[in-house]
Amino acid sequence: MYDKAVRRRRTVLALLVALSLILLTAYFGESAGGGLHAVQRGAMEVFAPIQEGANRALKPFRDLFRWFGDTLDAKDRADELETERDALRRQVAELEVQGRENAELRGLMSINASSGLRAYEPVVARVFARSPSTWYSTVEINKGSSDGVQRDQPVVNGKGLIGKVKSVSDGNAVVMLLTDQDFAASAEAAKSGEPGIVSPAVGATGDLLFNLVRNAREVHKRDLIVTSGMKSSRLDSLFPRAIPIGMVTRVELGEGELDRRIHVRPAADLRRLDLVQVLTRPSADVLAARRQP
Amino acid sequence: MTWSAAAVGRLVALGLLGGILQLTAISQVTLFGVPADLSPLLVASVGLLAGSVAGATFGFCLGLFVDTALLQTLGVTSFVFTMIGYGAGRVLELRDPAHGLVPVAVGAAATVLAAIGFSLLQFLLGVEAPVSLLLVRSILITIVLNTLLALPVYALTRRVLLPFLPDDPRRRRRRAYTTGGLSPLSRA
Repeated sequence: MYDKAVRRRRTVLALLVALSLILLTAYFGESAGGGLHAVQRGAMEVFAPIQEGANRALKPFRDLFRWFGDTLDAKDRADELETERDALRRQVAELEVQGRENAELRGLMSINASSGLRAYEPVVARVFARSPSTWYSTVEINKGSSDGVQRDQPVVNGKGLIGKVKSVSDGNAVVMLLTDQDFAASAEAAKSGEPGIVSPAVGATGDLLFNLVRNAREVHKRDLIVTSGMKSSRLDSLFPRAIPIGMVTRVELGEGELDRRIHVRPAADLRRLDLVQVLTRPSADVLAARRQP
Repeated sequence: MTWSAAAVGRLVALGLLGGILQLTAISQVTLFGVPADLSPLLVASVGLLAGSVAGATFGFCLGLFVDTALLQTLGVTSFVFTMIGYGAGRVLELRDPAHGLVPVAVGAAATVLAAIGFSLLQFLLGVEAPVSLLLVRSILITIVLNTLLALPVYALTRRVLLPFLPDDPRRRRRRAYTTGGLSPLSRA
């Protein structure tokens, strides 16, 4: 009985394997128009409508499972895209910073060329801290006495005068901005040459006043105010000549000529300072002039 | 398994429905880019429940159906599924496993065998498919998916073939307790 069962089992297996191999060999060997292919196509014709019906009937289930799959894929995709977005954001931020620095450096080079600041041995510095107080308009830069920076040296950027060095340590310095209460600079109207003093307007953050102008009516709105670089036998100006300070925004009439209030907006955007340069030899032109016979 | 027209009818229905379900729905639902494959699981389940002859025959027929429906080379799937059905049946006949997780192991083994068998036959037939990491990855994912599906497929197959299967001793015991019979312990 057992032998019979074993024989039957083995026979069935051998038969099925043989049948499979015969089918395989015959199918593989014949052309596309052969008998087995024709039978397969016929069977396909029979099965196709059933499959199509089943396909339609099962579509909702398929869609449901697909939805789960898509959700999982979407989660992965979202994670990937988020990572990519973060990387791109970092890249954009880096490029923007580099672009801004590039523009600032170009501005510095431009002002060096146009105002002849190279002779004053400019030292480029980066602003890394700003006074949080509204009373003191100061910033800290990353260059100090070891770089040749000294107290009272003028500080400029690509747009114009920023301020002057207030105090110096070995590797850092504090710059007093134009808008600080204690700041004052001898200046002149670029067009008319009227001299005066530029100082911050009290109580108006970011506003400067062009004071002590003898012929104030010679100064008009949109006139450029520049440093005068005053020279005398006893006292020299801290600032070289012809560095832009700002532009006249309005002229207020007072009772007398000296009461006229000339408001000046700083040429440099003092709220956005990144790269500046300290003119470490501000009196270079004076010295050169004195050396000449 | 008790052979009868009804049993054969159920096996045919199981094969047809399983095959159509696989071709029209399961194969179109992908997880991690790979679909599950119920066919080897069905064949392995039939073999594990009904024995090697039934398993091999069912495997051959289901393989033939799949090859025909997909216009594939006739005989390839039949050959592989015949071996799977026979192997699963021999596990039943030689070991008579009682552990509940045996269908999972057999299902996983059947999927591995199917994947390797198909690949080997395709190479032997001269189909130029590079053995890439992608292929290995998809085979591995199919094995994992099928392993997860093995138990439900086995349970479903068992439910379909239950009237024609020999009485399971555990089931017989359970029935005896619920119908007021004495447990072997109380008899002792």
